[in-house]
Amino acid sequence: MPKLTIDGKEVEVPPGATVLQACEAAGVEVPRFCYHERLSIAGNCRMCLVEMEKAPKPIASCAMPAGDGMVIKTDTPTVRKARRGVMEFLLINHPLDCPICDQGGECDLQDQAMAYGFDRGRYEENKRAVKDKNLGPLVKTFMNRCIHCTRCIRFATEVAGVEELGATGRGEHMEVGTYVEKALSSELSGNIVDLCPVGALTSKPYAFVSRPWELAKTESIDVLDAVGAAIRVDARGGEVLRVLPRLNDAVNDEWLADKSRYAYDGLKRQRLDRPYVRRDGRLQPASWPEAFEVVAKRLLGTTPERIGVIAGDQVDAEAVLALRDLMRGLGVQSLDCRQDGAKIGGPRVSYLFNTTIAGIDQADVCLIIGSDPRWEAPLLNARLRKRYLARNFTVGLIGPERDLTYRHQHLGNDPSVLLAIADGHHPFADLLKAAKAPMLILGMGALRRPDGAALLGAARRIAEATNMVRDGWNGFNVLNTAAGRVGALDLGFLPGQGGRDTAGILAGAGDGSLDVVWLQDADEIDASRLGNAFVIYQGHHGDRAANRADVILPGAAYTEKDATYVNLEGRVQRTKQAVFPPGEAREDWKILRALSQVMGRPLPFDSLAQLRTALAAANPVFGAVGVVQPAPWASFGTLDPVDLMPFGRAIENYYQTCAISRASVTMAKCTDLHIHGREIDDTMERTGSYG
Amino acid sequence: MGMMDRSIRGFLLTELVAGMKLTFSYMFRRKATVNYPFEKGPISPRFRGEHALRRYANGEERCIACKLCEAICPAQAITIEAEPREDGSRRTTRYDIDMTKCIYCGFCQEACPVDAIVEGPNFEFATETREELFYNKDRLLANGDRWESEIAANIAKDAPYR
Repeated sequence: MPKLTIDGKEVEVPPGATVLQACEAAGVEVPRFCYHERLSIAGNCRMCLVEMEKAPKPIASCAMPAGDGMVIKTDTPTVRKARRGVMEFLLINHPLDCPICDQGGECDLQDQAMAYGFDRGRYEENKRAVKDKNLGPLVKTFMNRCIHCTRCIRFATEVAGVEELGATGRGEHMEVGTYVEKALSSELSGNIVDLCPVGALTSKPYAFVSRPWELAKTESIDVLDAVGAAIRVDARGGEVLRVLPRLNDAVNDEWLADKSRYAYDGLKRQRLDRPYVRRDGRLQPASWPEAFEVVAKRLLGTTPERIGVIAGDQVDAEAVLALRDLMRGLGVQSLDCRQDGAKIGGPRVSYLFNTTIAGIDQADVCLIIGSDPRWEAPLLNARLRKRYLARNFTVGLIGPERDLTYRHQHLGNDPSVLLAIADGHHPFADLLKAAKAPMLILGMGALRRPDGAALLGAARRIAEATNMVRDGWNGFNVLNTAAGRVGALDLGFLPGQGGRDTAGILAGAGDGSLDVVWLQDADEIDASRLGNAFVIYQGHHGDRAANRADVILPGAAYTEKDATYVNLEGRVQRTKQAVFPPGEAREDWKILRALSQVMGRPLPFDSLAQLRTALAAANPVFGAVGVVQPAPWASFGTLDPVDLMPFGRAIENYYQTCAISRASVTMAKCTDLHIHGREIDDTMERTGSYG
Repeated sequence: MGMMDRSIRGFLLTELVAGMKLTFSYMFRRKATVNYPFEKGPISPRFRGEHALRRYANGEERCIACKLCEAICPAQAITIEAEPREDGSRRTTRYDIDMTKCIYCGFCQEACPVDAIVEGPNFEFATETREELFYNKDRLLANGDRWESEIAANIAKDAPYR
């Protein structure tokens, strides 16, 4: 534990810390551009110079390991002069275009130039001009502004694991780019916009739209995948203008996947903003009382056996509870929250990511089964890569071969490999047995198959045979892809006695044995198979299922309600309302509560507080927000024979997986580019005086 | 003594005469009144009158949608929305000033980095209805076109003091 003196104050830092970290520990601010806590150290901006006793020159504190007995001074005339000099050099080639720069107002260079810079320039010559690069539909570049901190390059290489960004040339001729011009292929590319300390990399969809001081910031939770990343929703007026990640070391570090970051423009397109009722074969606008009357008459006039209810992927726990209680009150048994037909829903431990995302850091062998974490949960994949970079991490993949951004053994795309490991005949089984902290990840590519329950059973056998579950460690993980799934399973939104599951509901609607189908935000089912059933759709987007609906009850999207979601680890988290739902749309639980009143069977809660008390009563898990409660090990899955057909993919197109992302123009552009391989040329002809 | 003095002055109406003298002296001085609609008093180059959005000599609008005027406006009279124009440049799609809110402090023209929004010399823009005082971008650009020569001259005159 080296002890240093910083500005006369003694601090002790862990071994391996740098002088800059020691300064932070001492509460001294050191300006920096290239240094970033979660990236490797580059030491190339020279802004963090400090004076060290017995050193002939100022030292770059970010790259200097803290040593015992160092005496550091951060506020001497030498240091001030050095910083002013560095700042002047950085500004030599930096255009003074803050008024047209999207980073203006939240720019590190702008702030630090105010704090440490000189108040005028002495550089009279021409500034350097660099051609802008086209990095795809998400990241806009203004390469003139680049100060060569290489944060983006280090992020792409280290965290995202795609070696696509790099620097060519040296000195003044250095340029950051993709060597051969192409769009970034990473699902985490949006993070380089946050990392860029200047306005060289900015968000393309957000270009010129707003200024940071105009935005109302709301801290919320992302629901576009099941990871539940912490986000900040920036809105102006009634419009969400951007989504940024928040720091949460347990879940997303400080990164955010591209879909979660850029699909927000889908929140204002294709929205259902008023109730509709189908009359004379056409959906016609209606008022809430009219819609409620139609729905109530239908529900009360149908025997409960002939009603089916499917909850979608982004339904919050409040709405699930309200819907469950309303339907159970009617006697409906055909409830299901697994619209993809995944064979999960047993004991809690069988559908959670039990290791937890932060727990990946302790694992040393990982078996991935029927999953592509890179698309299903990019942030979790980044954690796996982080663990891989820390050395001694073996990853085996059973499923379609895929570039996971880290080295892995592809064990085959065939359930027989899984069975061989379960029976201990496969070399990877020995690897798992010998491991200190083995883990397996079972994906939806496996669980959605008709033999999913048997595969779940095989995975449980592997976990038990290789001692994956023991005191303080649970290596059995299911990678959910739907944000609302775990919460709905925790509330038991599953078929009751004699009830039908999703496939049964669809079949029943098709052959006429079901009369009413309630779709709660469920768009991933094949709506054409609903036959002649009376379809009630409650949701926020006029997506696939809404067209087939007979009554539409417009709900709120995740930025428009205070709602509870449980992420794949089983962590209860809450979104906050950033804007109001459009038009007459309302929060989902309020709609259900109002409907229950019309039906004469009022639900026993009138406020969100009462509803949350009811949630905690329904499952104590909901009582503790923000923490993971470990689930006890249990027996689950079946020992049925496994079909030996190869595993498929759980997600066909990362960029469009839900109603929101399908309505997003930005995501459509990404789909065009990355999925269909269509080059889009949106590099606009610049006039030269842009700005 | 004081009392004697005061009563003599009072009976002789000296104050009144002195006042009337001043009054009559103004009859022979130059008149201060102007024949308003036809004559106008001089105004400073720094006069803060009706707003205008200026253009460059080549016809390109100056405003770059930096929103500094919107940010500094103490009356929150300015509303701006922006997006990339077809050629990729940063431009406003909306630039509204609510002239009924404006307090004519001139902060907007001080904040403007490109001298786009200015308060021109025009003070005769009274309207019959409130709505006419909600200026939009077209109106402001038209003002700029109409007053450009005066505005440019005023800025040039004030330049040495900046």
